[in-house]
Amino acid sequence: MKTIKLYFKYLIILLKSQMQYRGSFWLLALGQFLVPFSVFAALYFMFERFGNIKGWNFFEVALCFAVINMAFAVTECFARGFDTFSNLVVSGDFDRLLVRPRSTFLQVLGSKFEFAKLGRLVQSATVLIWDLVNIQVKWDFFKIITLIFMIAGGVFIFTGIFILTATLCFWTVQGLEVANILTDGGREMSQYPLSIYRKWVIRFFTFIIPFGCINYLPLMYILERAEEKRILCMISPLFGILFLVPCLFVWKAGVRHYRSTGS
Amino acid sequence: MPEIEVEGLYKRFKVAKRSAGLGQAVKSLFHREYRIIEALNNVSFSIESGEIVGYIGPNGAGKSTTIKIMSGILVPDEGKCCIMGRIPWKERVAHVKNIGVVFGQRSQLWWDVPVIDSFELLRDIYAIPQKEYLENLDLLVSTLELQNIINIPVRQLSLGQRMRCELAASLLHGPKILFLDEPTIGLDAVSKIAVRQFIKRINREKNITVILTTHDMNDIEALASRILLIGKGRILYDGDLDYIRNCFSTHKTITVNFRGNKPQVDTCVAGISGVNVISCSEERILLDVDTRTARVTDVITILSANLDVIDISIDSQPIDELIVKLYREYDI
Amino acid sequence: MKSNIKAYFSVFRLRLITGLQYRAAALAGIATQFFWGFMHIMVYEAFYENAMGTQPISLKQIISYVWLQQAFLVFIALWIRDYEIFNLITSGNIAYEFCRPCGFYGFWFAKLVAQRLSGATLRCFPILIVAFLLPEPYRMTLPPDFLTFCLFVITLVIGLLVLVSISMLIYISVFITMSPSGSMTTISIIGEFFSGMIIPIPLMPSWLQKIANYLPFRLAADMPFRIYSGHIPADEALKGILIQLAWLLVLVLIGKISLKSITKKIIVQGG
Repeated sequence: MKTIKLYFKYLIILLKSQMQYRGSFWLLALGQFLVPFSVFAALYFMFERFGNIKGWNFFEVALCFAVINMAFAVTECFARGFDTFSNLVVSGDFDRLLVRPRSTFLQVLGSKFEFAKLGRLVQSATVLIWDLVNIQVKWDFFKIITLIFMIAGGVFIFTGIFILTATLCFWTVQGLEVANILTDGGREMSQYPLSIYRKWVIRFFTFIIPFGCINYLPLMYILERAEEKRILCMISPLFGILFLVPCLFVWKAGVRHYRSTGS
Repeated sequence: MPEIEVEGLYKRFKVAKRSAGLGQAVKSLFHREYRIIEALNNVSFSIESGEIVGYIGPNGAGKSTTIKIMSGILVPDEGKCCIMGRIPWKERVAHVKNIGVVFGQRSQLWWDVPVIDSFELLRDIYAIPQKEYLENLDLLVSTLELQNIINIPVRQLSLGQRMRCELAASLLHGPKILFLDEPTIGLDAVSKIAVRQFIKRINREKNITVILTTHDMNDIEALASRILLIGKGRILYDGDLDYIRNCFSTHKTITVNFRGNKPQVDTCVAGISGVNVISCSEERILLDVDTRTARVTDVITILSANLDVIDISIDSQPIDELIVKLYREYDI
Repeated sequence: MKSNIKAYFSVFRLRLITGLQYRAAALAGIATQFFWGFMHIMVYEAFYENAMGTQPISLKQIISYVWLQQAFLVFIALWIRDYEIFNLITSGNIAYEFCRPCGFYGFWFAKLVAQRLSGATLRCFPILIVAFLLPEPYRMTLPPDFLTFCLFVITLVIGLLVLVSISMLIYISVFITMSPSGSMTTISIIGEFFSGMIIPIPLMPSWLQKIANYLPFRLAADMPFRIYSGHIPADEALKGILIQLAWLLVLVLIGKISLKSITKKIIVQGG
């Protein structure tokens, strides 16, 4: 579609811009690699000391880690424009977007793509591969699909959260760090199978922000520990994908509000 | 049918009150107070195709609010606006294809890449057919003399070069209406003149309607025949610049270069009421003449009679002074 | 000297006012920190449940460790989103800073301390008060005795100074690289890891603990927090204070010397 072609043209100009600063690019990418790497190292050391966490072994938890970090990495790359949307509003550059004959959604997406964030993607991909080699699972076609959906579902959930946070900027640009609870917090929490937490946590992260759909439920399916509702467990990541839809409506409402109250 | 028709626009904003001091800051943690600002109060005007209109007023008068409504960014609380048959905020995408906007302080170009890359992306954003794009590009590059800078990253350009590129970028898609917000701010004299000449030219050749917001009255003098004055949210004056000049122009400055006796000069003009000596040297005298009480021709006659005059020049009050008077008159 | 102190105090006061103005931000920040505290405690709780044998640090001590981390985050995080200095450097306005009479290093050092102090003051009390009132097992415990508390406060304050001297070095390095983000992320990750923010130092494998003990990062966070809970006894704490002071001296000296040599060859970028 033409819109996708246009999006790629945005990416190309952003790539050209960032290639001007080649030196800092590698440093930044390294930093982006080290951040999840240090968390993973901590995870490894904790398991070295404690052996398991509430019955889950290291590779099972590492699978959760890899899935959620990959989803986050992909989202950070593509939806960074929404993540840093407060800058666009504060500087008044969002007005510039409104004067162009394209949807604001596309333009915000195309406003930022930090290629250095690929460092995080490399790290989580490495963990995923290492984990797939070591984990005790009999892989079949459906399980692989489930795994892919887990990551895709995560991407959609994180993107949805980014969009919701960005929409908040239309009302206020302060206090937005609370949203980090959902993004960074959600990511750190979902490194572990959600069953290790208290009940209210599990409920919140299954029904309100559906991380459970890409973490505990499909994991049970893959590890063949789901006694009942196996199909539900397998397709649960799709609910994560659906999460994006209401977020888009909220975005539209936010733009409408901005246009009637000004900045 | 005028190209732009604005009727009865109202717009109010809620702004949080912030007070100084530590005590007040703690208070504000618990209770926020707001005040209502009336940015636009029954604003109406209409603009025909091909006009160049200067939209002036002090800061906070409502200029940028009006521009935002006309470009479709902002939705007014009340009132109508019809531009080329469309309501800007209702049909944003369609409307925006016909307008170009230049914000003097903010760039629409991508900072780190060559100008031409920005142009090409704009071509894709506006879906300009390649043939039309190349035609427009050629014309703009030659008129604005961008040949040498089009391959340079925007961040390396001087302000004057950047502004010329901004103007080109805003016209690539062939809009019928151009909104210019402080286009000459910060530019050196040469660039200012280049920008003004360019605007005059595209207005003449392509009949592009230009709405110019600026604090630089020389821009207005050079370009706009019609002035819209807005103050505290109301349109206070809608007419031509000459009328303002005639109304408010009360003084003229006479500069005389001469040979001869200085003391003679002092005495001969001392008697005339309404004439003040601004400065006086061995070869030149500057006089300020209040045209309400004295006549310039009389003063010149007296001077010529008493001095060996080499050169005389007569200057009107600078437009900035007139505008200050105008603002004071309307209490804004 | 007196005018300096006055200047530093007014910076502190100004930041406090600014902080209060952004009430939503303040509340949001505290809420965020509670979340992180709870989350970490839940994870440790889950690990400790199946723990076989005794661990080098008890769960109760870990819990107070976590809450102290959250309460004093502003004190101990290497990464603070204050781009004021960075912007000054890259825009070239830093040249104006050198004209200050107070002495560049001293002024910026004090400014950073004031910044962190004001940030921490706003947050630590609400967090700690609530942490003491939580139900078990999340509750924060009091230090074993008053002496321990005093040692805690002393090491916390000196630790802050050590941390600020480290961050001064980072800022100075920006003079060379001209681009803040790259070095900042990498260094702050290493710093955070070895200050126990990602995994408490006592829970690290012993070879890693040895490395952590040689580095100064633990002096601002890990050490004071373990002193608080009694995990580090008083006599070791006193040794710790000496180590802190030694590092402080070294870091400040390096900072001042490198700053002097850099200001001699400054390239002002921008425009």
